[in-house]
Amino acid sequence: MAEPRYITGKKPHAREKRMIFRNVDRAGWNPSIEKYIKDGGYKTLKKSLKLKPGEVTDEVKASGLRGRGGAGFPTGVKWGFIPPNNTKPIYLICNADESEPGTFKDRYIIHQDPHQLIEGILISSYAVGAKIAYIYIREEFPEGAIILENAIEEARKAGLLGKGIAGTGFECEIYVHRGAGAYICGEETGLIESLEGKRPYPRIKPPYFPAALGLYMCPTIVNNVESLCHVKHVMEMGGKQYGQLGTPRNTGTRILCVSGDVQKPGYFEIEVGKLTMGELIEDLCGGMKKGRKLKAVIPGGSSAKVLRAGETYTIRDGDQEKNIGLNDIPMDFDTLAACGSMAGSGGVIVMDDSRDMAWVLNNINTFYAHESCGQCTPCREGSLWMKKITDRMLAGGGVPSDVETLVSVGDNIAGRTICAFGEACSWPTQSFVGKFPEEFKKHTKRRNVGKALNPEAKVASASLMDKD
Amino acid sequence: MEVTKELDEKADEAISHYPADEKRSAALPLLHLVQQQFGFISDDAVSWVASKLEIEPIKILELVTFYPGFRQKAPGKYHIRVCRTLSCAMSGCHQTMERICEIAGIDRSNVSHHDPIAVSADGKFSIEFAECLASCGTGPVCLVGDDFHEEVKPKDAKALLAKYK
Repeated sequence: MAEPRYITGKKPHAREKRMIFRNVDRAGWNPSIEKYIKDGGYKTLKKSLKLKPGEVTDEVKASGLRGRGGAGFPTGVKWGFIPPNNTKPIYLICNADESEPGTFKDRYIIHQDPHQLIEGILISSYAVGAKIAYIYIREEFPEGAIILENAIEEARKAGLLGKGIAGTGFECEIYVHRGAGAYICGEETGLIESLEGKRPYPRIKPPYFPAALGLYMCPTIVNNVESLCHVKHVMEMGGKQYGQLGTPRNTGTRILCVSGDVQKPGYFEIEVGKLTMGELIEDLCGGMKKGRKLKAVIPGGSSAKVLRAGETYTIRDGDQEKNIGLNDIPMDFDTLAACGSMAGSGGVIVMDDSRDMAWVLNNINTFYAHESCGQCTPCREGSLWMKKITDRMLAGGGVPSDVETLVSVGDNIAGRTICAFGEACSWPTQSFVGKFPEEFKKHTKRRNVGKALNPEAKVASASLMDKD
Repeated sequence: MEVTKELDEKADEAISHYPADEKRSAALPLLHLVQQQFGFISDDAVSWVASKLEIEPIKILELVTFYPGFRQKAPGKYHIRVCRTLSCAMSGCHQTMERICEIAGIDRSNVSHHDPIAVSADGKFSIEFAECLASCGTGPVCLVGDDFHEEVKPKDAKALLAKYK
């Protein structure tokens, strides 16, 4: 095994602007409250508690902050959906169920800077009027859960949790709640069901918008780990000032996680939209592996539609329309959407010309078939059908109609399910097959007729493209 | 199943994190406590958790069968979870899985969706694939118990297993 790649003292890339990740890999840093307070920690909480809750929400609205979990919905607007005449308790939930393949940012915040998250949660709880906040952390972060619990204990001892926080009338408790390995718990209504001790079957919206009918049918705000950390920086800088970072409508910084066939995979905090895909791959990640060419990129977690090298996209630039290539796409919410994909959760997976797209899609299909909660028929059945078809194609049992069948299954899931998992599982199939039809057609020639089809073994050996 | 005083107290502490009339919320925390102590969740454990939360046992059993993080059979002394998802697969997790199984003497030919865990003949190690462990930049990654390991290439399998006596 290699020594941990992310060693203390590792310098951020010059193109980065570190706010959320300021303390990640920082020399001499540790996640204790002493370090955090000595570094100015919890000052922003105290400053925010001097404002009225509504004023905090106004700052967050003014900042233009958009959720970093996947959908990119404006955080302040989400908070504003709590019914004004509400008399029920209000809950805040921190979504730490980081599980979209390709995404690995929350892990480092939780492990290396837990107090930043706690401060963000407390400020946000104050703004929305929550007296109880839950951190729903995925079960696969056992160490992270312990670090958070310790940090919460430290904060309590410092008078920053419980009643009369920092000498004010504000009271709030934070509890860590561990999930149990289900991807669907990252969907906010599924997460709420799970937190209620049930199977995480997502709820239908309307009427179950969490801000009105959430946990225990009370108003509930569910925000991603990174989003809650941004709230702290919004309040530290002021909403307007924060809104100057990044680009209009795509404000602030965000963490991009790059994996796959680049020289130096890793995480990079950049101003939203101030860096292009080409710069990300070439400058920050050291380019493609030796002798290899870029073939495709999944720009925002595995459910985001794939982008193919050599494609051109038409985007608006002010009043003008212009054509750009894959490498020219600025990494922001709106441009990636205009290019037919999404910024999602910031997980960028890069693939080179050695990769067989049918193998890649099969891996993704296997994930979604495993993780479909099973509530809606199109998704439960369709995700498994797509996996079975790509399994069979890789094992040499493909038939010519498979390509069309794959797309039609995908087309019949999206838009027909309670939650966005339907789209998440069909977008990869629609985009991979749509953009690389030749690679899927290649697998429709029967190669192994009569041989046992053992998908896993075949899949492993088929990881590189057939050269025939 | 023997419920120690410590386990019972930990369960009560977990239940106190939720509103008094919403005890069911403590289902996952209690199941984690049970699995931590016994390695898996038996039928008796399901009944005990249900009685602690004052709900029907089926409402607990349906969680154990749904969530991939819960087991109904005893794993090995050390349970290994190898990430199977895209970035780890691109960096060779299938080969790592094969090598670990070879060294530990684990036969995975009978694993299935409903029975994903294979145990070594001597009971020391058990293994399964996990879906995305969220460390895509350092694949292949795996969890051994609660310990996280990065960049576990096939050649590293031997050294990894040697850490667990």
